[in-house]
Amino acid sequence: MNFELTSDQKMLAQTVRQFTKSKSPVERFRKLREAGVPWERDVWAHMGELGWLSVPFPEDVGGFGAGFVEVAIIAEGLGKTLVPEPFIASVVLGGMALLGAGNAAQHEQWLSPMIDGTTSLALGYAERGSRYDVSAVATTASRDGGGWKISGEKIFIPNGHEAENIVVSARTPDGVGLFLVAADGPGVTRDKIKTIDGQGAGRLRLDGASIGDDRRLGDPGDGSIAILEHVLDYGAAAACAEGLGVCQATLDMTVAHLKERKQFDVPIGSFQVLQHRAVDMFVEVELMRSMSILASLAVHDDDPVARKRAISAAKVTLSTGGRAVTRESLQLHGGIGITDEHDSGLYFKRMLVLDTLFGDEVHHVERFASLPSFAEG
Amino acid sequence: MDLSFSPEDETFRQEVRDFIATALPEDLKAKADIDAPFPMEDTMRWHKILYAKGWVAPQWPKKAGGPGFSATKRFILTEELELAGTPPLSPFGLVMVGPAIMQFGTPEQQQRFLPQILNGEETWCQGYSEPEAGSDLASLRCKADEDGDDFIINGQKTWTTYAQYADWIFCLVRTDPSVKKQAGITFILIDMKTPGVDARPMLTIGGTPAFCDTFFDNVRVPKANVIGKVNAGWTVAKALLGHERTLLALVGNSRRTLRRIKHIAAETAVGDSTLLEHSEWRGKIARLEIELEALKMASLRVLAGAELGQAPGPESSILKLRGTEINQRLYELAMEVMGHDALSWYNDAGVVPDAEQGIAPNFCYTRANTIFGGSNEIQKNIIAKWILGLPASK
Ligand SMILES: Cc1cc2nc3c(=O)[nH]c(=O)nc-3n(C[C@H](O)[C@H](O)[C@H](O)COP(=O)(O)OP(=O)(O)OC[C@H]3O[C@@H](n4cnc5c(N)ncnc54)[C@H](O)[C@@H]3O)c2cc1C
Repeated sequence: MNFELTSDQKMLAQTVRQFTKSKSPVERFRKLREAGVPWERDVWAHMGELGWLSVPFPEDVGGFGAGFVEVAIIAEGLGKTLVPEPFIASVVLGGMALLGAGNAAQHEQWLSPMIDGTTSLALGYAERGSRYDVSAVATTASRDGGGWKISGEKIFIPNGHEAENIVVSARTPDGVGLFLVAADGPGVTRDKIKTIDGQGAGRLRLDGASIGDDRRLGDPGDGSIAILEHVLDYGAAAACAEGLGVCQATLDMTVAHLKERKQFDVPIGSFQVLQHRAVDMFVEVELMRSMSILASLAVHDDDPVARKRAISAAKVTLSTGGRAVTRESLQLHGGIGITDEHDSGLYFKRMLVLDTLFGDEVHHVERFASLPSFAEG
Repeated sequence: MDLSFSPEDETFRQEVRDFIATALPEDLKAKADIDAPFPMEDTMRWHKILYAKGWVAPQWPKKAGGPGFSATKRFILTEELELAGTPPLSPFGLVMVGPAIMQFGTPEQQQRFLPQILNGEETWCQGYSEPEAGSDLASLRCKADEDGDDFIINGQKTWTTYAQYADWIFCLVRTDPSVKKQAGITFILIDMKTPGVDARPMLTIGGTPAFCDTFFDNVRVPKANVIGKVNAGWTVAKALLGHERTLLALVGNSRRTLRRIKHIAAETAVGDSTLLEHSEWRGKIARLEIELEALKMASLRVLAGAELGQAPGPESSILKLRGTEINQRLYELAMEVMGHDALSWYNDAGVVPDAEQGIAPNFCYTRANTIFGGSNEIQKNIIAKWILGLPASK
């Protein structure tokens, strides 16, 4: 047992810190949000140069072949300053879906340019009313000559408003299949959904969209569902790391405020009732950190029960802890925390999105309790 | 990063399980299975069995008669013992005064006391708290006046766990009332048979006399029984608190209780299904299991750090806080799951099923977890000051 980062991993964390400090502090996100710009291509390309977009992919597709710990290091760092580039959406969701379901030619054509930061990807699985069930797919794909025609609607696609290509699930006569839809393809319309955290999401309407068979990722059927479930677990593990970054930053900011803000002639941090609430936040952050470590190690587990158990436990910890931390932060800041101008509100809102993405608390409690490990343990 | 235990550690875990399976006497196992309380004789019987195996003091170094275990082996042993529900050993000798004597005692004191702690021939209790000195321990008043080679002790200690059974008590006493309160305290060992010592048991809400009021009336104690220097007792006491803290995560104990709750829930019918399948109940149970999982991961982080020789990081301070809360909440849940069956109280055999007897007393005892060893409020004060760096409280 060992929870030490290797020297390479420590260096990666250091590089991420330098990047966020010099290139993307919270003010950058704030400016982009005000300008209505989701994220910037040159920054994405820079992340590609730094090798961050290659981290979880094997070397034969141009990846770095690292484990998920590296993904978590990057996601946590980006979370601390709310970097808006679509790291999780493109690398972890779109990228891992394409990696898992696609073949070598497809990897070459669509994964490689994402890895070097030229393009970005996304994953559209959610539909109106599907909540977090990846098999609740009403979108259909039917054979059309040598290709496919896809019809349906996908909502709340992280980076779906910007990605060149979007992995989409659709029901075929042989079960649910995965297809790579070009955002500018015929029969495809997309809109930007504005979201509470200011990062936005995509809505995709597919109206008999023609898709070549070269864009079919693997064979429709149970295998596609298993891949989707695994990809969402990767997403959840990454969300745990990003949420940890969000909450650590929130805690640090709150503790600093408690030391600086004076009322009744003393720092408000000298009031015991606030001290204890800050300690409660600290405890939550340490538990989230512990579970984020578990998630990043267990997400590769070959045993799907062990994997799902760990990921669901980590995601529940993220939801309960993250909500508590970001909401307490607003209270402990007082009026300033309610202004749009203050960063605590930005963290609070981002946390809400991470809480919901890839399955909320109730969903994961239920999944945890449905696994054979629950009744046996 | 790597979450797995080494093959040697896994082998050791199996060895511990096999040992418990053969060495735990039948009658103790029967009590463990239904969470029945263990009287002191049971505890000491098990102490001696573990002593014979060489495992009674896993945290003691080899030269003091311990097994010289790594942090991981200690963790595994504790976890397996807790999971099996074996009698929890009295910590006062093994975990508190023993290590203090090792660190601050003279060679003579070490030879005199350590072997007897290890083999269980002498049992200990802790005389810190007083009626007027609880969380503010340094304000203690029980005094020791010099008289030649002796001290004469007068005063009262309270909440002294199992003082009625103890051969010795380690006390913090006031030796200099004229200085800053922490500076005038001495750590001293007192033979409970000395004339003038009187331990009066008190009934706890758990229904047994688990602690005492302990009175000292002109008790004569040789100066040779002082550990460390006269008036330097606060240093000894603080060092000892460090030993105590890591113990209190109670992960194994809580996992065992959780297992028991699931077992009961799986056997309790609601409609044509069971409580364990009922969505609200299983949600409640699953949430606590998840919290326990997070606590376990936090303990493993502390453990992995200890293996690398690192000082316990910030995560260690959360273990007592969360570990005690989760343990309490598990017993609350056990009570809820059992419904009326949880309400029976020390009935004669045959009136209610034996399996229902243990939960209610344990539920009551666990209320103490967040009070002793530095209450959870005091733990929060410590974290606020030393980890978050918040200003002195108003
Ligand atoms: C079952 C049990 C066994 C025990 N065994 C022993 C033993 O063997 N030997 C021994 O010496 N002692 C023992 N104790 C005593 C234990 O250490 C004390 O109960 C503990 O230190 C608290 O002191 P108190 O009971 O006087 O409570 P108080 O200190 O009066 O505390 C009352 C309440 O006020 C809170 N409080 C106090 N100060 C502060 C503060 N500064 N900030 C915020 N909140 C505060 C506390 O957290 C608590 O909630 C035992 C206690 C129990 C319950």
